Amino acid sequence: MSPAAHSLPIDISNLCKAYGSVKALNDVSLNIAAGEFLTLLGPSGSGKTTLLMALAGFVRPDGGSIRFGEQEMIATPPHKRGLGMVFQSYALFPFMTVAENVAYPLKIRGVSKSDQKARAERALETVQLGGYGDRRITQLSGGQRQRVALARAMVFEPQIILMDEPLSALDKKLREHMQIELKALHEKLDATVVYVTHDQREALTMSDRIAVVNHGRIEQIATPERLYRQPHSFFVADFIGESISLPVSVANDTAQLGERVLKSNTPIALGSGGHRLIIRPELLEVTAGAVPDAANDLSGQVHDIIYQGDSVLVIVQHDSAGQINVRVPANRAGQTGLPSKGEQIGLALHPEDTIIVPEHVA
Amino acid sequence: MEQVGQRKIDGLWLTVVGIAVLFFLILPTLIVIPMSFSGASYLEFPPTSLSFRWYVAYVTSPEWMSATKTSLIAAALTTAIATPLGSLCAYGLHCSAPRIRSAAQILVIMPIVVPVILIAVGVFSLYAKLGLNYTLTGIVIAHTALALPFVIVTVMSGLQNYDFDQELAARSLGASRAYALWTITVPQVKFSIQTGAFLAFITSLDEVVISMLVSGGENATITRRMFNSLRDQLDPTIAAISTCLIVVSITALIGVQMIGRRKDKAQ
Repeated sequence: MSPAAHSLPIDISNLCKAYGSVKALNDVSLNIAAGEFLTLLGPSGSGKTTLLMALAGFVRPDGGSIRFGEQEMIATPPHKRGLGMVFQSYALFPFMTVAENVAYPLKIRGVSKSDQKARAERALETVQLGGYGDRRITQLSGGQRQRVALARAMVFEPQIILMDEPLSALDKKLREHMQIELKALHEKLDATVVYVTHDQREALTMSDRIAVVNHGRIEQIATPERLYRQPHSFFVADFIGESISLPVSVANDTAQLGERVLKSNTPIALGSGGHRLIIRPELLEVTAGAVPDAANDLSGQVHDIIYQGDSVLVIVQHDSAGQINVRVPANRAGQTGLPSKGEQIGLALHPEDTIIVPEHVA
Repeated sequence: MEQVGQRKIDGLWLTVVGIAVLFFLILPTLIVIPMSFSGASYLEFPPTSLSFRWYVAYVTSPEWMSATKTSLIAAALTTAIATPLGSLCAYGLHCSAPRIRSAAQILVIMPIVVPVILIAVGVFSLYAKLGLNYTLTGIVIAHTALALPFVIVTVMSGLQNYDFDQELAARSLGASRAYALWTITVPQVKFSIQTGAFLAFITSLDEVVISMLVSGGENATITRRMFNSLRDQLDPTIAAISTCLIVVSITALIGVQMIGRRKDKAQ
C-alpha cells in the first residue's frame, strides 16, 4: 500500500516454551520468507497457537530467538512489534463504531483525525465494507465482523499479520468464500502472513507453505501439494486429506505389503516405529481388466457402494489388507464404469501415487 | 383444564410466599420511617403524633453532625482507595494462572468469612501499637480491608463476561498494556467497578463492630454513636438518622442501577 511498508521475513530459531512438564514448543526453528503466506497447521494442543502467541509477544518463550527482518524481537513487548493480529473471537471493541474500531491503531500512532477517517474508510473498502463506518459492531453479521477485524489489523500497514483461526466461527459456505478472499487480499497487501488453523483443507487452500505442528514440534514444512503427495510421517499423511493406512515392512529401500513388493517413485523417508502405506481414495484407479504390471495391485471384491453427491465411495474388500476405500467421480465417466456389489474389480495404485511413510519422523 | 387450574393455584402460592418473604425482608427497615416522625420522646409504633422534631434534633446536634461527617469522609475515602485497589487486584487475578487465582481468591474472601469481631479485636490491638486507634486513618484502613473483597468479587465477575482477547488485540495494535486496560477493558467492566464502589461505600458507612473499638472521640462514626445512644437514652433521633441512612443507601443503589440500565441500552 505505502512505499515505506515492505513485508519482513521471520526467523525463528530454537524456540522453547514449557508449561510444567508439557513442552508446548520443543526447539522450534522456522524461516518464513518476506511476503509469504505460511500456515501453522495442527490439532488442538499441538503448540501452534503458542507459537503464534510467541510471535505476537503474548507468550514469553523460555529460550530461542525470534527475528523480524534483522531485528531480534524476543524481549520486545507486543505493542512495539508492529504486528497486525486477527483473533478467533474477532476481539472487536463492542462499544465503538466500526470506523472507531478500525481507526484505533491509527489513533494510538498519533495520526490526525481526518487522516484516521480517510484511512479507516479505505481499509473498509478493501474488505468490501465501504460505507459501514458508522454502524455498531452488534449490527454486523459474523462475516462482516470478520472483515472489520481484518481491516483493523491491516489499516496501519503492518509488515507482518498474524491470524489465529480467524474463520472458524463462520459457517462452512462463508468460510470457504472468505478463504479465497483472504488469499486475494494477501496478494494485494505487502505483508508476511502467519496463519493458524486446525482445518487441513483451509490450510491447503490458502497457504504458500504449511508447517504441520505436532507435540510442540514442526513435523514437516512444505508447499500444500508436496505436503499432500509426499508426507514425511504417518502423522502428516493422516492429518492431511482422507486416507487409510496399512502396515508395510521395509528393507533395502523397498517396501513390502504382505508378500508383495510395492512399486514407488519416491524414496522411502527414514524414521522409527515401522512404516505404513498411505492410500488416498481418489488416487486409486478402478481398472477395466487386470491391473497393469507397472502399478501396484490392490484388487478385491466390492463390499459396498456409497453415493455422496459429488463422488461415489466404493468400499473394496481386499484379501489380506482389509477394506480399501476408492473414490470415483460422480460424473458420467465415473458412473458408466461403476461396479456392482459383490463384483471382483481391479484396483491399481500407480507408483507415483504410492506413499510410504515412517510412523515417526527421524 | 384441570391441569391449568392446578398450575394457577401453584402460581398463586408462589406469589403469596414470595410477597411474604419480601415483606419480612423490608418491614424491619421500613418500620423506623414512621417512628422517626413521632412526636413522642420515646420510640413508639405506630406513632401517636407526627412531627419533625427528631430530624431537627439530629441536624442541630454538633455531636451527631460531627459523627455524620466522620462517617461520610471515612466512607468516601474507603471507596476512593478500595475501588482502584480492588479493581486492579481483580484484574491481576484474572490474568494469573488458574491455580494461583483460586488460591488467592480464598485469601481475598477471608475478611468476609471471618467474624468481624475477630478482625476488630486484631485491628484494635495492632492499632494500639501503631497509635492508630481513634484516628480517621485507622478507620479508613480497616474499612478498606473489609470493603476490598466486595470490589474484587464484583469486578472479577465482570471480567469473566468480558472477552479478554480485546485487550490482547488492542496491545497487538500498538497500545501499551496500561493504555489498553484503560481504553478497552475498563469501559467494558465499568458497571462492575461502579457496583464495587457502591458496595465499598455502604460497607464503610454501615460498619459497626470495628468502629465500636477503633473509632471514638472526635472521630467516632455515626454507627458507633447510634449504638451508644441506643444503650444510653433510646430517643427517636436514631429513627430519624436511620431514615436518612436508608434514603442515602437507596438513592445510591438506584443510581447504580440506572447507570447499569443505560449501559444495557447502549449495547
